[in-house]
Amino acid sequence: MNQLEIRDLWASIDGETILKGVNLVVPKGQVHALMGPNGAGKSTLGKILAGDPEYTVERGDILLDGENILELSPDERARKGLFLAFQYPVEVPGVTIANFLRMALQARLGREVGVAEFWAKVKKALELLDWDEAYLSRYLNEGFSGGEKKRNEILQLLVLEPTYAVLDETDSGLDIDALKVVARGVNAMRGPSFGALVITHYQRLLNYIVPDRVHVMMDGKVVAEGGPELALELEAKGYEWLREQVKEGA
Amino acid sequence: MSEVDLKTLGEEYKYHFVDEVKPVFVAERGLTRRVIEAISYHKGEPEWMLKFRLRALEIFQKKPMPTWGPDLSGLDLDNLVYYVKPAETRDAKSWEEIPEEIRRTYERLGIPEAERKVLAGVGAQYDSEMVYHRVREELERQGVIFVAIEEGMKKYEDLFKEYFAKVVPPEDNKFAALNSAAWSGGSFVYIPPGVKVELPLQAYFRVNTPEFGQFERTLIIVDEGAEVHYIEGCTAPMYSTESLHTGVIEIVVKRGARSRYTTIQNWSTNMYNLVTQRALVYGDAFHEWLDGNLGSKVTMKYPSSYLLEPGARTEILSIAFAKTGQHQDTGAKIILGAPHTSGTIVSKSISKGEGRASYRGLVKVLEGARGAKANVECDALLIDPESRTDTYPYIEIEEDTAHVGHEATVSKINDEQIFYLQTRGLKEDEAAALIVRGFIEPIAKELPLEYAVELNRLIELEMEGSVG
Repeated sequence: MNQLEIRDLWASIDGETILKGVNLVVPKGQVHALMGPNGAGKSTLGKILAGDPEYTVERGDILLDGENILELSPDERARKGLFLAFQYPVEVPGVTIANFLRMALQARLGREVGVAEFWAKVKKALELLDWDEAYLSRYLNEGFSGGEKKRNEILQLLVLEPTYAVLDETDSGLDIDALKVVARGVNAMRGPSFGALVITHYQRLLNYIVPDRVHVMMDGKVVAEGGPELALELEAKGYEWLREQVKEGA
Repeated sequence: MSEVDLKTLGEEYKYHFVDEVKPVFVAERGLTRRVIEAISYHKGEPEWMLKFRLRALEIFQKKPMPTWGPDLSGLDLDNLVYYVKPAETRDAKSWEEIPEEIRRTYERLGIPEAERKVLAGVGAQYDSEMVYHRVREELERQGVIFVAIEEGMKKYEDLFKEYFAKVVPPEDNKFAALNSAAWSGGSFVYIPPGVKVELPLQAYFRVNTPEFGQFERTLIIVDEGAEVHYIEGCTAPMYSTESLHTGVIEIVVKRGARSRYTTIQNWSTNMYNLVTQRALVYGDAFHEWLDGNLGSKVTMKYPSSYLLEPGARTEILSIAFAKTGQHQDTGAKIILGAPHTSGTIVSKSISKGEGRASYRGLVKVLEGARGAKANVECDALLIDPESRTDTYPYIEIEEDTAHVGHEATVSKINDEQIFYLQTRGLKEDEAAALIVRGFIEPIAKELPLEYAVELNRLIELEMEGSVG
């Protein structure tokens, strides 16, 4: 029950089927990686978990600690403890990170959050991310570099403390220092009451966030699973190798 | 005004309540010579003012209704009541002197409390008359005048006559003529040279009588090197028939002075709000208009600054919010009439449902205004597919060395932004309201905190249940 479970999930956009029967379980307390070549449907899965209305779910279930959340709106899912770190975080001009983050925290906790409590939380997160307080008065993602946007996603992760997080290619476009900072943030969240699905194209990030399990997606479904060594094997042999394996197995 | 009142959150318009006030005099309907004579009689005016009013009445009757802007066909000028005297006491200096029913209204609106906390002076107008005016004693000692305009006319006649109707003459437009004929209430403000009034002065306008026209007239003179911030707020209960608010605001900003005039207009949505606001700005002086238009059925308001001497500067910031059934036709006007004058217009409008927001503006640089600079930025945000916005930017340049820039954007509330904010736990309408707040932030941040909070709260109310 204490897990994020995806059961035989089929989904499409504009009539094109992208997910073709995804099965995947992330138990609470574990960090899993989701790998796969471009176009495999990894990011689509992330957005559908968060409830993106652009996509149509045709079949299957998404269970959050045993509760089916498919019919819930994105904000209801978020308040139940699901978080998506976006691959391309959206700019919202005129809204400061501080204002936004406090509103989000109040929504997440379902109560008013005093300024002192809020600052204590944010300060801790900023220190961990090696980020300047001045960012809090900047407008949400406006004019941010790719690296700043990703760091801001992790800041939100740390402050909102979700039960399950999906990180959609948070490593893309990051240099090695930024990558380490992001990993530090995610690793700080690790513990018995947190589960994560880290979506990545490359093995690189997994040197810093060592996953408990690795799932590999191809053509809209999960085709392989294994321990951290699977990621290394993929890195060495490439996705084509796995494609052949899957074909032979079929 | 100051704190977000959770009890009233969710009410569409919180000023609906009708006050149980029995006026002491109500003029007959329509605007006639007889009505004007009655107004003049009740005010005990000098003869020259009655003559001025009657001349303005003639101009009003001759001028056609403007047809270049919003639809005014629902406005039945013959059926309006042009003068309602709410009480015998006029312009009290303490709230206790005001009849209890009227006082209760202002208490409900939080005015006496705001006066104690954040204002340098307060004026309150109820239907046709100012019922209260008071300015802090230390300012009075420095020679600051903040009184009802009628008192200004009688007590400071020379000063009054020097400027009254000089900034906005009755010939200016049909509604300026109407105001000139029927004016009643408003403030007379004089800030002596070098006096800096740190806290804002506020006037509060309340309309209670149905099918009524409120015609306040405000004259503000900021003498050399002085500083002032004047704020105006307006509310009215909702009636089934239309009412009219036609103010005229005249401001004179003398050499080296600074002034700011802020309006947060939140009339009920059956009000026609047709206002003329103009400032004459002299050498190295600075005048700022900050104009928020949320309520009313139709608003036509184009605050204008005439930069008359070298170094005069102005900034005009405006926000308009138009919902279904509302047309906000607002904008700004800057005349750059001397070398090295400069002006900025920032206009932001939000249209929701079938609401329509129009920007109408003029920047004019006169010949000889060497090195004059002006910049116009107008941004429109559309909430729904049927929302509408239009832009009418007029630019006239007679001077080669002038520099005028213009930028306009139209955006829609973006689904990706909504989804992003929703994944952080905000409900769809909260997300939309936050995006709107962000959109007006560059202007809201210029407001005193209490007003920024109030503005944000109003926007949230307007946005509730607006999407999904």
